[in-house]
Amino acid sequence: MSEFQSQAQVQRVRRRVSRPWLSPLNRRRWQNFKANRRGYWSLWIFLVLFILSLFAEFIANDKPLIASYNGEILFPVVVDYPEEKFGGFLAVTDYRDPFIQEEINSNGWMIWPPIRYSYRTVNSEIPEAAPAKPSWLYTQEERCGRYPLGVDDPNCTVGNWNWLGTDDQARDVLSRVIYGFRISVLFGLILTGASAVIGVASGAVQGYFGGWTDLIFQRFIEIWTSIPVLYLILIIAAVLPPGFWILLGIMLLFSWVAFVGVVRAEFLRARNFEYVSAARALGVPNRTIMFRHLLPNAMVATLTFLPFILNGSITTLTSLDFLGFGLPPGSPSLGELLRQGQRNLNAPWLGVAGFLSLSIMLSLLIFIGEAVRDAFDPRKTFR
Amino acid sequence: MSQALLSIRDLSVAFAQGGEETLAVDHISFDIAPGETVALVGESGSGKSVTALSVLKLLPYPAASHPSGEIFYEGRNLLTTDETALRQVRGNRISMIFQEPMTSLNPLHTIEKQVGEILKLHRGMGEKAAKARTLELLHQVGIQEPEKRLDAFPHQLSGGQRQRVMIAMALANEPDLLIADEPTTALDVTVQAQILELLGRLRRERDMSMLFITHDLGVVRRVADRVCVMTDGKIVERGATKEIFSNPQHAYTRHLLAAEPKGEPPQANLSAERVMEGQDIRVWFPIKKGFLRRTVDHVKGVDGVDVTVRAGQTLGVVGESGSGKTTLGLALSRMISSRGEIRFDGQRIDTRSFSDMRPLRRQIQIVFQDPFGSLSPRMSVAEIIQEGLEIHEPQLSPEERDRMVVDVLGEVGIDPEARFRYPHEFSGGQRQRIAIARAMVLKPRFVMLDEPTSALDMSVQAQVVDLLRDLQKRYDLAYLFISHDLKVIRALANEVVVMRSGKVVEAGTADQIFHNPETDYTRALIAAAFDLAAVPGGVVSE
Repeated sequence: MSEFQSQAQVQRVRRRVSRPWLSPLNRRRWQNFKANRRGYWSLWIFLVLFILSLFAEFIANDKPLIASYNGEILFPVVVDYPEEKFGGFLAVTDYRDPFIQEEINSNGWMIWPPIRYSYRTVNSEIPEAAPAKPSWLYTQEERCGRYPLGVDDPNCTVGNWNWLGTDDQARDVLSRVIYGFRISVLFGLILTGASAVIGVASGAVQGYFGGWTDLIFQRFIEIWTSIPVLYLILIIAAVLPPGFWILLGIMLLFSWVAFVGVVRAEFLRARNFEYVSAARALGVPNRTIMFRHLLPNAMVATLTFLPFILNGSITTLTSLDFLGFGLPPGSPSLGELLRQGQRNLNAPWLGVAGFLSLSIMLSLLIFIGEAVRDAFDPRKTFR
Repeated sequence: MSQALLSIRDLSVAFAQGGEETLAVDHISFDIAPGETVALVGESGSGKSVTALSVLKLLPYPAASHPSGEIFYEGRNLLTTDETALRQVRGNRISMIFQEPMTSLNPLHTIEKQVGEILKLHRGMGEKAAKARTLELLHQVGIQEPEKRLDAFPHQLSGGQRQRVMIAMALANEPDLLIADEPTTALDVTVQAQILELLGRLRRERDMSMLFITHDLGVVRRVADRVCVMTDGKIVERGATKEIFSNPQHAYTRHLLAAEPKGEPPQANLSAERVMEGQDIRVWFPIKKGFLRRTVDHVKGVDGVDVTVRAGQTLGVVGESGSGKTTLGLALSRMISSRGEIRFDGQRIDTRSFSDMRPLRRQIQIVFQDPFGSLSPRMSVAEIIQEGLEIHEPQLSPEERDRMVVDVLGEVGIDPEARFRYPHEFSGGQRQRIAIARAMVLKPRFVMLDEPTSALDMSVQAQVVDLLRDLQKRYDLAYLFISHDLKVIRALANEVVVMRSGKVVEAGTADQIFHNPETDYTRALIAAAFDLAAVPGGVVSE
């Protein structure tokens, strides 16, 4: 057979056998995942909620999305315009100010997001002293009572409703829930992702090399995990200004340990598999063996763990916020909402909103976690 | 014909998986008369074990089901009796022994407890009576000094001893029928011969019936009165053992009978170039004791062995399990550290570090025993074979690499179009071919073959042996062939080293070893492998 012919044959063979996007194994896993209806729907609901919350600024904000002023199209939601532009004097425009609103509306138009409050916007038109009940519990007259023009005031619209009431600083609870959901999930995701990377790497090294490496690392981890994390965070929070990244860093110091055990066990088990010996006999370097042959084994255990670690991270952040050692004051956080609920027992909507948003979020994640566990269970059969 | 003890009529077994039903056993019928031994023979996947398990309803119901058929035991249909009545039969009238003696005993209980439990449960014996009976049973199954073994845990016994304990447990209630599901497959040939002899003796003494399931025709010839040959869930031929062996009717039976590894190894040529040489190889594993983990003694895995492997020749290493043959192979290919001089192609390699060995790795290749474990389940066949090329010939373009994969797959007899599939889609024999292709694509000079055929069906073994011999001739390869199976060694090796407890017992050309064995140990190995005969007198391990 000539060179050309054999080349052509190879080409032909290659064309005929096109590889599917998912390997058969992963396709089976996806089927198993889908077969758990509860987990499958939870995944979709969670994804929709999470993606919506990523665009929180476009859903709940105290700035219009788009405005037209003197023939110029403005995007207040992304660009900070000084108030001079509209004849005011503040450095940042307060679009909720009736004077500014009138100025823009008479010289153009503006489109508001569905909820006209950001997480820190103070509603000065609430019908009674903060915390105020959800707007739909008031009559039209009560709701508009504090506006200058009463019922006829243009600002007494659905967009200015406090669907879940306000907290004790007259801030809209719904917008705080949306922003709080986002920050909780993001915090959980980043923390879980980062601890997975560190935990898997260190578990892999321990399991693969074993011996003294393993022994020293394991003793270190034993000492490390015996440090009471909560007290340490309290102490550090007293010294360092608490913020999103600092909290993340402190918690990362301890949360990576959760992954080490499973990954190490998986590597210890798999390093003597024959296909690993075969790769070693081929002269494949250690790093490649770890990545190509062993890591996929450990990933199953890791992925099964992920949703639960994610839940744990979110709960820890919430409890720190609840105690007042978490995110800086004023940040939207579910823990802080719960604390308000606990302090204002006369305003049950605070506690209920905090409880429901937290429990729905955590339940969704647990359901997803269950489905992931099913998906990776090789013995799972469906009758 | 006398009244049958067990009568299987038109039995089918189906498994449901993912909404599909697959028929594992397809309308089979056979009888077992009292005192008779019937063998079910077939290759893996033929449905023979499933048949045996359905007799005692031990299949994973409801995933498994019986679309048709009846199993009559003393006139009662076992498939329709309820669980309570079935429990009276299970372990009482019909007992079973399994293939894997390692996993069928509970590792947390002593031998006395495991055997005694059955006696207490089924016979209602008291503590003392049970102990006496346990001792008697252990004595009957040939366990030496049974008094000392009563308190032993399963891991303290050898494979053969464990299988003996299993048999003692099966016999505890004096069953009428013993179902033996590949009872000797996991054992060394020498131990296999002893166990077969034991089973034969016990059967004669107790006038017991036996349903013997195996893939090994040699075993069948030794133990069975009648044979049923199974393939694809059907019985294709049945008859008295002698007839089947002397006058097989069905093509499949003939295929099975012809499946023994055949052919002659290349002529021994002592002047051929020396590829791999080891002198005084020692692999000692330290035993550490005490608080400071001081080394108090060594387990001598390999203890002072000299070997020479020549180009185009095969050195067979034979021995029972634990004799150090695999350790020797791993030491020579520098997969584990060892003492003693190792020369590859004239240069010393025992002083090289792991990374210094890397350039030589392409010339020293290994084919492992278990074709299911040696291929990564997450890589396609093409990726598996290419892995070595990527390291040793990084300058190749993907097209060139792909062409080499196609070529080597053609050489080992796998359709090159299948190279984007995953290992689980291939049978055991095909996987072993893929593992051989992975080694061969690098064009090695020395290949260590670690029991490459022992996990395969007999007919597939013969094909793999032919393939290996073919490749050796074409590329002038030097093989170090490790096996406990002398039949395969005879078909492939022209020099043989017999090992025991890490030491060489006997070495020489294949002719010498097979025709004029000098030591009792070698003679016992040969007797066990070719005649399935046990040699008395503790020459081989128990």
